[in-house]
Amino acid sequence: MIFKILAKQEMPKLFQVMSANRIIGPVEKGADRNGKTIYAFEPVSQFEKLRLDYTTTSRPAKSYFLPSKETLCTFKVTPQGWDKYVDFNIHEPHIFFGLHACDINALNKLDKVLMNTKYPTPYYTAKRKNMFIVGIECMPQPFCFCKSMGTDTADNGFDMFLTDLGDKYMVEIESARAYNFLENVETSDPTEKEHEEYIACIAEKNRNFCIDVDTTDLTKILDMEFHSDVWKQWGDKCLSCGTCASVCPSCYCYGVEETVNLDLQSAVKTKQLYSCNLLDFAEVAGGHNFRPESGTRLKYRYYHKHRGFVEEFEESLCVGCGRCDESCLADIRVPEVIKSVRTGKREKTESGES
Amino acid sequence: MSETPSYLGVPITRPKVAFFDFTACEGCQLQILNNEATLVDFLSLIEVVAFREAMTESSDDYDIALVEGSVTRADEVERLKTIRKNAKVLVALGSCACFGGVNQLKNRFDDQEWVKKEVYGDHPIETQRAQPLHEIVDVDMKIYGCPIKKEEVEKIVTNLVLGKSVKHPKYPVCMECKANDNICLYDLGEACLGPVTRAGCDAWCPGSRFGCWGCRGPADEANMDEMVNIMKERGFSYETMLDRLECFGGFAEFTSKLKDQMEQDKENG
Repeated sequence: MIFKILAKQEMPKLFQVMSANRIIGPVEKGADRNGKTIYAFEPVSQFEKLRLDYTTTSRPAKSYFLPSKETLCTFKVTPQGWDKYVDFNIHEPHIFFGLHACDINALNKLDKVLMNTKYPTPYYTAKRKNMFIVGIECMPQPFCFCKSMGTDTADNGFDMFLTDLGDKYMVEIESARAYNFLENVETSDPTEKEHEEYIACIAEKNRNFCIDVDTTDLTKILDMEFHSDVWKQWGDKCLSCGTCASVCPSCYCYGVEETVNLDLQSAVKTKQLYSCNLLDFAEVAGGHNFRPESGTRLKYRYYHKHRGFVEEFEESLCVGCGRCDESCLADIRVPEVIKSVRTGKREKTESGES
Repeated sequence: MSETPSYLGVPITRPKVAFFDFTACEGCQLQILNNEATLVDFLSLIEVVAFREAMTESSDDYDIALVEGSVTRADEVERLKTIRKNAKVLVALGSCACFGGVNQLKNRFDDQEWVKKEVYGDHPIETQRAQPLHEIVDVDMKIYGCPIKKEEVEKIVTNLVLGKSVKHPKYPVCMECKANDNICLYDLGEACLGPVTRAGCDAWCPGSRFGCWGCRGPADEANMDEMVNIMKERGFSYETMLDRLECFGGFAEFTSKLKDQMEQDKENG
């Protein structure tokens, strides 16, 4: 690991050097009803549009490497039979400029399932291998609980990581590619004082977490509480709308559909991201549904995130980014659900649900 | 386009299809004619034998009847029954045919004579309670939407022709809305029935920052109690909720319950 100091005035130049590639970063998308800025990851062509001071985005950067809908292949009927065309849907490298630690950790978790496995998915792998990541340090937001999930820092899975020290960044260099980019701008070696500033910045971040989720023995407790009443109680609130999975940076479950085109001479195989909360998700051929009740579906989402994945990889699939909590209209929040499983009762939410 | 279409070398039979309209704006039929880019392929899959909006000829010999509109007159009831008798498959096309559509809004007035006078003045006109097709005849399939989405109809017709099963999404609009990266209308302070309305429209309205009015009716699992809680918490009145939920008739089963709840809440202050 190499650390360098990069003055903020050098940033436009760094951006320009990188902009031979497609850069995706946090930008302002609009404002909500209270005037709060809504951020989104979008392609950026001007450095000024980039909002490196963003709080969080309402959607993860997932759509660039795990799109909601993706054509896996197309078919064309020929006189001899049919031809198949496969495209991994990545035609240029992507630079992600300004990912927070939670989103980098989400990618690392997805890698475990989709890339570093016996049967890697080429669609994800191709995109992941053509990715350059500039991480950036953040301040906890009201919904963040990454610290409880152990994902408040990213140890790997990025190329360089920036920590804001006022008029300069502490840059953590993780790859040769990042080092090469930085050779185009002026950097200096950090002084002892800048080390202290960095440590103070991280300490400040730590002080700002307002949610703590107790994950001690969670896999065991989830096993014990499989039949707990709280699942039905949360299920009664759940809209089964799939928003939580859609905004989750690490949800990857999907369905595949083959569609014959109107001309009957061609067809397309499409992958669609799903959510285990959707009624259709556990339905099988013949119409049987393994999880017809809302509470059961919601439960399985928690079991996948906090139990199944932990048993397989010794870490949770949840990164505590809080997006699902913030976007759930029914106020179903991960910290409250986990707490209710521990205590056996669901506590009323702040919003005064009757 | 060949005269007899084939799939993987096997010739397919083009089903005889007839389009009919009852009380409606005919917008759903217009949708069928709209997609010029694929219209030729679409028409090569089926043999259209009756389509008042598009052709002069008409025949009673058909396999599939696609019926738009709700039923609002006694003669329409008889006509629909005849169509049912002739058709092997009867498809309700669009919100009016599926739920009564915008037309059924008049059903909420107790005094139907007053409605008639308000709309038609002194012109004598025969009209009765607006009914969806399934209240009168058996409906084999429903194609939802106001209007229907042409791409969805194309897919359904292709599957029908190939003998593949036809499936509607059971989940609500939110899933498609999120897939399109839209900002949630509730974040913008607007009402939206997306969380309870059946998907399939690709979040057409929310994508244009216009909250969902539920034209496709409820999703297979629509958590109406929670939907009401959500709207109440955000300051929407019962009247606003009812306006939306009653607009297309898809939520009829639920709206009467909601009206009771409204009365009860008002009594309790």
